[in-house]
Amino acid sequence: MMHHLIALPILLPLLSGLLMLVKRDSTVLPRRAIALTSTAALLVISAALVIQSDSGEITYYALGDWQPPFGIVLVLDRLSALMVCLTAFLALGSIAYACAGDDRKGSNFHGLFQLQLMGINGAFLTGDIFNLFVFFEVLLIASYSLLMHGGGKDRTQAGFHYVALNLAGSAMFLIALGVLYGTTGTLNMADMSQKVAALGPDRLGLLKAGAFMLLVVFGLKAAILPLYFWLPRAYSSAPAPVAALFAIMTKVGIYAILRVYTLIFGGGAGELANFVQPWLWWFALATLALGGLGVLSARDLRNQVAYLILISVGTLLVGVSMNREAPIAALLYYMIHTTLVSGGLFLLADAIGEQRGKAGARIVPGRGVTQPALLGLFYFIAAVTVIGLPPLSGAIGKALLLKAALPSEQPWLWPLLLLSSFAGLVAMARSGSTVFWKAGRGDSDGPRLKPAMLAGLILLIGASPALSILAGPITRFTDASATQLLDHDAYAEAILSRNVAGGDS
Amino acid sequence: MEALYATVTGFLAASGLYLALRGRTFPVVVGLTLLSYAVNLFLFSTGGLTTNGAAVIRDGVNDYADPLPQALVLTAIVIGFAMTAFSVILAMRVRGDQGSDQVNDQRGEESKEDKS
Repeated sequence: MMHHLIALPILLPLLSGLLMLVKRDSTVLPRRAIALTSTAALLVISAALVIQSDSGEITYYALGDWQPPFGIVLVLDRLSALMVCLTAFLALGSIAYACAGDDRKGSNFHGLFQLQLMGINGAFLTGDIFNLFVFFEVLLIASYSLLMHGGGKDRTQAGFHYVALNLAGSAMFLIALGVLYGTTGTLNMADMSQKVAALGPDRLGLLKAGAFMLLVVFGLKAAILPLYFWLPRAYSSAPAPVAALFAIMTKVGIYAILRVYTLIFGGGAGELANFVQPWLWWFALATLALGGLGVLSARDLRNQVAYLILISVGTLLVGVSMNREAPIAALLYYMIHTTLVSGGLFLLADAIGEQRGKAGARIVPGRGVTQPALLGLFYFIAAVTVIGLPPLSGAIGKALLLKAALPSEQPWLWPLLLLSSFAGLVAMARSGSTVFWKAGRGDSDGPRLKPAMLAGLILLIGASPALSILAGPITRFTDASATQLLDHDAYAEAILSRNVAGGDS
Repeated sequence: MEALYATVTGFLAASGLYLALRGRTFPVVVGLTLLSYAVNLFLFSTGGLTTNGAAVIRDGVNDYADPLPQALVLTAIVIGFAMTAFSVILAMRVRGDQGSDQVNDQRGEESKEDKS
């Protein structure tokens, strides 16, 4: 039974998503119940997976008992367990918030949400690179419809850009996969890592081209500098609970970069070992700088959060490009923090916009919010942590990353990271004082936070203080994850050595 | 055969790319469709080009075709088909909502014209 646990994060959302499609015209209540139950169950399962993975053993699940490298496998290691758990937690907060009424604005909200969770979990768990493409498509097609949930001019326009860009990205993904398959003759990531190392010099150029194309595709998902232009608009026009879930979507791209370029093109790849990281370093720094400028220029709270996400993408990718244990451990801790907090900020911006009536989420003086003390407190906590001021989790993550930089990296990383944080500080302080202090009196009969919204906000923004209190055990786990991630030989051995004996699935 | 195959794939991809960069939604959708055809052809060729090759291993057969790219292309066709259908509907929705089939924001272009 424990063995089948690995497949459950994919099967459970699939089943509950299908279940919700059966009775489409019924009231929203049963669907809410199914969505909340299934996501809570997902959280429990993923917590069990984290505990299972913490033994340090890499386990895999061969679908249909076709053993690797020929069959499709789902692989559980510390990193994938951590990502699935993070997704489940974020999804629970978003769904709780959506239950306050956002899910009534169009049919099938909960069903699509579950299908998207299936795609995200699948992308984190799969050990087969073509399967990674399939799960990317699953999560993308669900995200296309979720982005346009509720309709409206802005959403369809932003939606079309998003769809067209991602279709082009998928085409490129397939070309890159074709090149990789053509040169190495396998699609299993562990097997591919072995084949790449043994490849003759005549095929290296082709393989390198394929690897770079793959980087472009993942970069599009992760929103690296020249490929980020879709992000601010798509995220700021999406409905709040969807935007909150989208906070994990850029991390899917970062996870894919981390996995592919440490495992397949990592230290054991012979001539191609770690050839992407020096490129990534400069792009990541530029993303960081541009995110800082963008956050200062935003005129809408949601847009501001979208640029804060861009800063976090830059920070995370800098960690990826340093490609050592300490920075990767730091970025994993920072990833947990930034995903939950930026999700929470999207929810908060929506709650503020709803209480301010016509002024909405724009950063202009206008009517005050109905509950300034409560929302102000949330805003304060979220701002402090997202900028990275002590004592909350943002400061810990950034300090870990700054500490992990080598002396040769410090002259670039330290000023850029600190300056972009400073830009975030200025922007958040300005928008906070405009929204909460330069505002007139709130309408005391205005809309108030519903209990469901409050639950979502507490879950996501409250996660930050919890992350700082639990920083000890979490950093121990992320340190171990980074060590495991960089040990590509152990990964390949865990997947490939057992195929003679026949799996026990 | 290789030269012909490569030329056709390349021409399809180039046409698709050109159309995908146009300013109206219909050419963009057609361009993305052509691009996906080119990609399917390319994927098909990654296992090596063979004619009359057997896909299943049997005694007495020496000429094999790689079955895996065929399975991949099948998956890619199904996904590409669904995506095309979705983007056609979406393009129609944009047309309905905006009153025009421009890919970019109509209001933004008007304000640019005002300035000039």
